[in-house]
Amino acid sequence: MGLAKRIIPCLDVDNGRVVKGVNFVGIRDAGDPVEIARRYNEAGADEITFLDITASHQDRDTTVHTVEQIAREVFIPLTVGGGVRAVEDIRVLLNAGADKVSINTAAIHNPQLVRDASNRFGSQCIVVAIDARAVHAEGESPRWEIFTHGGRKPTGIDAVQWAQKMADYGAGEILLTSMDRDGTKNGFDLPLTRAISDAVPIPVIASGGVGNLDHLAQGVLQGHADAVLAASIFHFAEYTVADAKAYMAECGIEMRL
Amino acid sequence: MSANRVAVIDYGMGNLHSVESALQHAGECEVVVTSDAEQVKSADRVVFPGVGAIGDCMAEIRRLGFDALIRTVIDSGAPLLGICVGMQALMEGSEESGGTQGLGIFEGVVQRFPGGEDELGNPLKIPHMGWNTVSQAQSHPLWAGIADDTRFYFVHSYCVQPSDTAVEQGRTEYGIPFAAAVGRANVFATQFHPEKSHTAGLTLLANFLTWNGQC
Repeated sequence: MGLAKRIIPCLDVDNGRVVKGVNFVGIRDAGDPVEIARRYNEAGADEITFLDITASHQDRDTTVHTVEQIAREVFIPLTVGGGVRAVEDIRVLLNAGADKVSINTAAIHNPQLVRDASNRFGSQCIVVAIDARAVHAEGESPRWEIFTHGGRKPTGIDAVQWAQKMADYGAGEILLTSMDRDGTKNGFDLPLTRAISDAVPIPVIASGGVGNLDHLAQGVLQGHADAVLAASIFHFAEYTVADAKAYMAECGIEMRL
Repeated sequence: MSANRVAVIDYGMGNLHSVESALQHAGECEVVVTSDAEQVKSADRVVFPGVGAIGDCMAEIRRLGFDALIRTVIDSGAPLLGICVGMQALMEGSEESGGTQGLGIFEGVVQRFPGGEDELGNPLKIPHMGWNTVSQAQSHPLWAGIADDTRFYFVHSYCVQPSDTAVEQGRTEYGIPFAAAVGRANVFATQFHPEKSHTAGLTLLANFLTWNGQC
């Protein structure tokens, strides 16, 4: 027995509504993040991640309100990300009930934000989200670069070195998304996941590309991830969280069943 | 019958609403999140939380005079529940933040996890973050209705090693064994977060809400 690997359903939320559809049997409102979070809490999810993809500033109040509502009813850890630009944004989300706050683009523009935030609130609540793509030519040794703008804009920053730098700056965890795999259902980019996970002393959450339960298991077994994040396979009730945990446990992975 | 008043001590370190809402969800109580010493002293029971670096936490505790307040609560016999850094602060001292003196309620120290490897040969990441099993070192009213080796949610980089194993209430392993819970008389403290540990955590909080402070 030991520390369990975690399964984290992810909600993409725009202006207070879950945007990648959710298809649970008997759910009253498939777009309501509070109801969906409650469902995942009951279903045995180990954590919940809430990504706010809202672009406009005024809708941020809706996000804060939603986080407050989720935190009142969901008694597992809640990570909130999206649009976090300043220490003040982090403070507002933590006060609303987020346990961890995920920083993505703002860390690239201002790495010091990660250091300031972890000094102020503690590393345990600062997650750095990394969106990476493979950039090596065929036959070259693998190399991944950080991309912004939903995977469209290269930054020239090496993903492994960036992850190490963010750990040095006090990040408590890395949320790693392969932009090559995101939405493909072809499985995690396992070499990427393993390269990052083996390079940093902090936990790594694998994300992007999950299409079946074996993908989740391989994220841990081959990718060395500490946690696996998925959205659509759970939202569309292709598999339950319990199915995923049972499968991963059969593969010899320590799980909270 | 008077209301079951619970004071959650607020010394400016982190969000306490999750503790508040989990207590309200767990059982009949009136929760006040407060930095007012009188409100703490007049409560029926007290929660002493903490997140972040222990050096910052202890500095704030001392600046606000809460070291004396916590001793007063303990001497009064009111049930006290320490959580995470709140538990660590009850020890004699910590290696963290260049060496930090604690409140010394329990003998023993707080040390950094040494790391090592898991059963798959992968490095043990720090913080120790996620759900780990807690073996109940002895029977205690706060474990009522919770199966031995139930998983609770942890997130910490330093761990408690009491020098007197008689105060150990729960044990967990992460590279090394450490105290997941300590307790004596009216004090109980957990390294894990009951407010984030789903059903098991809510059961522990419900037990705390009805506990008379005796073992």
